Amino acid sequence: MSGVEIELRGVTKTFDRSVEAVAPMDLDLRPGRVTALLGPTGCGKSTLLRMIGGVETPTAGSVAVRPKPRIGFCFQEPRLLPWRNVLRNVGLPLELDGRPRDVCRREAQRRLEMVRLGDAAELLPAALSGGMRMRAAVARSLVADPDLLLLDEPFGALDEVTRFRLDEEVATLVREQSITVVLVTHSISEAVFLADEVVVLSPRPARIIERYEIPFGERVASLRGTEEFARLQASIYACLRGGMMEDER
Amino acid sequence: MSRRAGVFAAVWPPLLVVVILLVLWELVVVLFSIPEYLLPTPIAVGRTMIEQWPRLIAATGRTATATLAGFAASAVLGVVAGSLLSLVPLARRGIYPLTLLLQMVPLVAIAPMLVIWFGIGLPSVIVAACIVSIFPVIAGTLDGLQSVDAGLEEIFRIHRVGRIRTWWKLGLPWSIPSVITGLRIAAGLAVIGAIVGEFVGAYGGQHAPLGAIITSALKQNQTSTVFAAIAMASALGFLLFGLVNLGGWILLRRWHASAQ
Ligand SMILES: Nc1ncnc2c1ncn2[C@@H]1O[C@H](COP(=O)(O)OP(=O)(O)OP(=O)(O)O)[C@@H](O)[C@H]1O
Ligand SMILES: [Mg+2]
Repeated sequence: MSGVEIELRGVTKTFDRSVEAVAPMDLDLRPGRVTALLGPTGCGKSTLLRMIGGVETPTAGSVAVRPKPRIGFCFQEPRLLPWRNVLRNVGLPLELDGRPRDVCRREAQRRLEMVRLGDAAELLPAALSGGMRMRAAVARSLVADPDLLLLDEPFGALDEVTRFRLDEEVATLVREQSITVVLVTHSISEAVFLADEVVVLSPRPARIIERYEIPFGERVASLRGTEEFARLQASIYACLRGGMMEDER
Repeated sequence: MSRRAGVFAAVWPPLLVVVILLVLWELVVVLFSIPEYLLPTPIAVGRTMIEQWPRLIAATGRTATATLAGFAASAVLGVVAGSLLSLVPLARRGIYPLTLLLQMVPLVAIAPMLVIWFGIGLPSVIVAACIVSIFPVIAGTLDGLQSVDAGLEEIFRIHRVGRIRTWWKLGLPWSIPSVITGLRIAAGLAVIGAIVGEFVGAYGGQHAPLGAIITSALKQNQTSTVFAAIAMASALGFLLFGLVNLGGWILLRRWHASAQ
């Protein structure tokens, strides 16, 4: 499998004829790479991600995703079926693919362990905390072995220690299977740790301000302590801040 | 222990009201010496009930059969019709407004037609019970299916799930609470429909159901028999309503757990 490639050409999105969420945007994402979208709140990141995932149609321009991918989508909200327990929620994509019940259960359990929710398998979503629900949603997005993974602030609700551990898990997994990933996050350190490239967006309507190539190879915890990591983080912060200041003027 | 206390706490206030009303009724009839053919006392009704118990209970059984069959038909057909209306937008806009007619057609007026179409006896009574009770089921199903969370629908769309499977795995479970609400209303209406159907469409005599007993007793000024039959019909309505609630509770336990 060669991996999924994404090509945006002049993509814009305008809501209700006047709310411009995404300005004309060209963006190419190479197969098997992790791209982080970083930008101020309300700038149009989720809209962009939803257009890549095909659940939102651009007002103008084209989104090409090749070859037709198996998408794992973790929305900004957990979106669990309230009458299904966590295990059956996580196994849903496999079930919809018509896989046998025991495969669904086994794979779902495996992903739950990965996001540290193994003990919560039998609980209903209502019995989970916000962060637990999001982790279940991440597990669901991974369960059917996607080749395109779209993550919208998956770990925003977690404490930093847990978040770091899950970032490490995700980093290992997506690199092992060369999944193409688009990640929306508000955390600069998460973006730098996970991504091969960080795309910094302007306030609404989203434009690309800057693209940062992240040169690290293996993503191990110790990476966060390196000077290079700190330097990248600082310059991305400055860029993001610059975009926001310019907007205020 | 606490569960039993809960049931008791729920039951005694309405029970007390019923007892007070019965006592008042008895007093009013006795004090104003109202003749029994106009308004029998509760005690007289009770006496009639005991005297005619075998006939009444058999009649209740027959009415219950028609009611249950009509209710079951409207439950199944109502969910199917509501689902079809939701799946086919054109049908929804064209047909749904017309189903409102079902609610507005006076059953008493069409019951004689049912007899012409389905003959005297059980079938026309079942149809009457079904016609009267189906609308709330259709409306409940349709409301539920139309209010499915758009975010959850997106999950199914991403996995390219067809409309029928999406209905089965998402729409239907999502709609269970509002279907149950429709069924609760339908339960009471089915009893009404069956009784009215029996007014015109049932065999009298030995095998008379409650509706037929009411009409013949009215003709003979046996008012306390009429009241006894009404009491039995109410009990039947209560029972069916209770069964629907129990079924709903079992189905909705998961929802209740998730609504907390
Ligand atoms: N369905 C919609 N209808 C109308 N306006 C919308 C819709 N979805 C998003 N918008 C608008 O588009 C803009 C961008 O929204 P979007 O959700 O993409 O932001 P975001 O970058 O993901 O923000 P956050 O970081 O807070 O999640 C916002 O101004 C929002 O109000
Ligand atoms: Mg967002």
